[in-house]
Amino acid sequence: MSLPKKTLEIRTSPHLKSPIQTDTIMRNVVYALLPVAAFAVYLFGLAALLVLLVSTLAAVLTEHFLCILNHRESTIRDWSAVITGLLLGLTLPPALPLWMVACGGIIAIALGKFMFGGLGYNSFNPALVGRAVLQASFPVAITTWYPAMTPDRFSSLPASSLTMPFMKPVWDTVTTATPLGQMKFEHIAAETGNLFFGMSGGSVGETSALIILICGAYLAARNMLNWRIPVTIFAVVAGLTAIFHGISPETYPTPQFMLFSGGLMLGAVFMATDMVASPLTTPGVIVYSAVIGVMIVVIRFWGGLPEGVMYAILFGNAVSPLIERSIQPRVYGTTSRRAKA
Amino acid sequence: MNTDPAHLSTNEFIKGLWRENPIFVQVLGMCPALAVTNSVINAIAMGLATTFVLIMSSMLVSSLRSFIPKQVRIASYILIIATFVTVAEYFIQAISIELHKNLGAFIALIVVNCLILGRAEAFASKNTIWPAFLDAAGMGLGFTFALICLGGVRELIGNGTLLGYMIFSENYQPWIVMILPGGGFFSLGAWLLLFNWMKSRKERLNLAAENSH
Amino acid sequence: MNHHHPTLNPPATEPPSSWPMIRALAGIGILCSLLIVSTWQLTLPTITKKKNEYLEKAIYQVLPGATSKKTFKITPDGKVEQFEGEERGVQRVFAGYDDQGRLVGLAIEARGQGFQDVLKILYGFSPEKQAIIGMRVLESKETPGLGDKIEKDPDFLANFKELDVSLDENAQIRNPIVPVKHGTKANPWEIDSITGATISSKAVANILRENTLRLIPVVMKNLQTFEDGSLAGNGP
Repeated sequence: MSLPKKTLEIRTSPHLKSPIQTDTIMRNVVYALLPVAAFAVYLFGLAALLVLLVSTLAAVLTEHFLCILNHRESTIRDWSAVITGLLLGLTLPPALPLWMVACGGIIAIALGKFMFGGLGYNSFNPALVGRAVLQASFPVAITTWYPAMTPDRFSSLPASSLTMPFMKPVWDTVTTATPLGQMKFEHIAAETGNLFFGMSGGSVGETSALIILICGAYLAARNMLNWRIPVTIFAVVAGLTAIFHGISPETYPTPQFMLFSGGLMLGAVFMATDMVASPLTTPGVIVYSAVIGVMIVVIRFWGGLPEGVMYAILFGNAVSPLIERSIQPRVYGTTSRRAKA
Repeated sequence: MNTDPAHLSTNEFIKGLWRENPIFVQVLGMCPALAVTNSVINAIAMGLATTFVLIMSSMLVSSLRSFIPKQVRIASYILIIATFVTVAEYFIQAISIELHKNLGAFIALIVVNCLILGRAEAFASKNTIWPAFLDAAGMGLGFTFALICLGGVRELIGNGTLLGYMIFSENYQPWIVMILPGGGFFSLGAWLLLFNWMKSRKERLNLAAENSH
Repeated sequence: MNHHHPTLNPPATEPPSSWPMIRALAGIGILCSLLIVSTWQLTLPTITKKKNEYLEKAIYQVLPGATSKKTFKITPDGKVEQFEGEERGVQRVFAGYDDQGRLVGLAIEARGQGFQDVLKILYGFSPEKQAIIGMRVLESKETPGLGDKIEKDPDFLANFKELDVSLDENAQIRNPIVPVKHGTKANPWEIDSITGATISSKAVANILRENTLRLIPVVMKNLQTFEDGSLAGNGP
């Protein structure tokens, strides 16, 4: 005997669904990252291309194998692992040995994402977790920079790129200092124009502010990126720097130098906006971004390191649940928490 | 169940080594386990110092158990433990100044290792000296074993050496994070993962064996 | 009138007498103090010997050629006195002598802020050369593999084979020690930093600069006391 046909279908909320699916957003973020990556390859040549390829491949393969190991359906089709891999690659120095890049990709996915339960459960931006572990493990390698626009960048690789796995790299003699490093240790400020168009040493993708801004604007226009996060971070960093620069112009750099140097653009536009690791409500987002902005300034000015965007964002990720808890919207039809207490 | 005395006392000794391992199963005494296991030699020194304190205080607590009223038992245990920690600290200093420097404040912090107070309260105060000694020795050696496991992984990956001997080639790139505090958490997490995986596999196998009967 | 109230019955359970508690705590206290004191008595000679050996090793390392030492302290008002032991806040200076009892140099303790925590270093000063002739890090918590290069990097340690701290006509240091970028050392009072460990190298340079500016003039003024030290110590 068959069951009578159900005439009433019962579903739990949410009943209204956005037509935009996770993989659509993720795919668009990848599109937005491609020009940044392409420009990075133009600046640093083959080395940058290999770093980006290896980090993306490592991230995607790790995601695939961990899914199989957990008897789950592979989730590489949602594009999120590609983003993690690309973002990680963009934060690394171009001449980093490729085995370190691969380790970073594996760590980013395994430790930054799967340990917490996969996409949607990660409390930290996975790419930054990967980079933080690399930074703590190989402090010398990850702060050895390679100059941009070398003439033979498309025909030859830096000697360090193809280091044997788990071996110490041998560095080329032509290394350079980042603008932030020069500012911190030698008090030399780079020209803003060069920074804006990306013609300076640094990580693979933290160089051209202009392209990052354009790509970010595209995502924001398609409503796939919360524009409040980068805008608040820029405002807080610029505001605080302007105050300190006003007080003591010799010790502190100008606001435009702070905005366009280092990984601030990339971090604020593509990493702080990680949908899982940032708060949901608008007030929450503002507080979260302000915390990141203040941390960036504090680390860059008074910390031991020249660059602090990565740690600032990880810190923001860590306090994001706290912010969410303290700025909770009132549930419709209930009295406010204060009144109840 | 085998109940002859010899078997029981072996059991008191064995349980701390594996089945009730203080670090991997009970997850006790995390502070030294994370802080001083950045090399095998530090791990061994810390483990043996803790074992010494554990054995001596367990035996003293056990022998004084009818003399100590229950209202002041915790105070008495802490007094006894602190005494042996101080004794251990003097001995370590006499053996090697460098070792004493490496272990630093963590020798004094053996006092607050909950493993020691836990064994005094849960076991030594209810048993005669011989079982208390076996229990403490087993727990202490289990603790030392766990610290060596942690220290081994951290020193090998973080420095490329074991007990100071080069294991990999001269050109091995050390993962410095492993000898920093973060590495303590990573290796502890990995070991706990391994132990829990082995436990759940054993349970699954037992269940399968039962079902097949 | 003469009515006697019946005495109240004591509560069913008597409050525990405090005597066993006092007895237990006092007994254990005495036992424990005996244990500690006897261990201390037992280990003290060895500990003192080891500490002394450890310090001597460091001193002879920064003062090559020295075979015996004498400890002095510099008082806050700039006097030099003989001193034994270790005390908080006391600036110790160790005079090292060769086999003939001649002053080889002075090993001076200096401390200051490193990258992570306080750095404690010992440097050897030769009055004859008016230069630092050796440096050893006594205590540091610098990042392993990075900041701790200040203890091992041979290029960095080569800075301290002869680092100029000579005095000018006013008995002040002529050129304070300065750290410079790796590979740009041009003058004998500059310290060539380690690439990738800029902060730790700078910390060492700053500690030395601060300490030499303060102490070298005092030490040079009291040179006679140090030279006489070996006689005073070895005399019958």
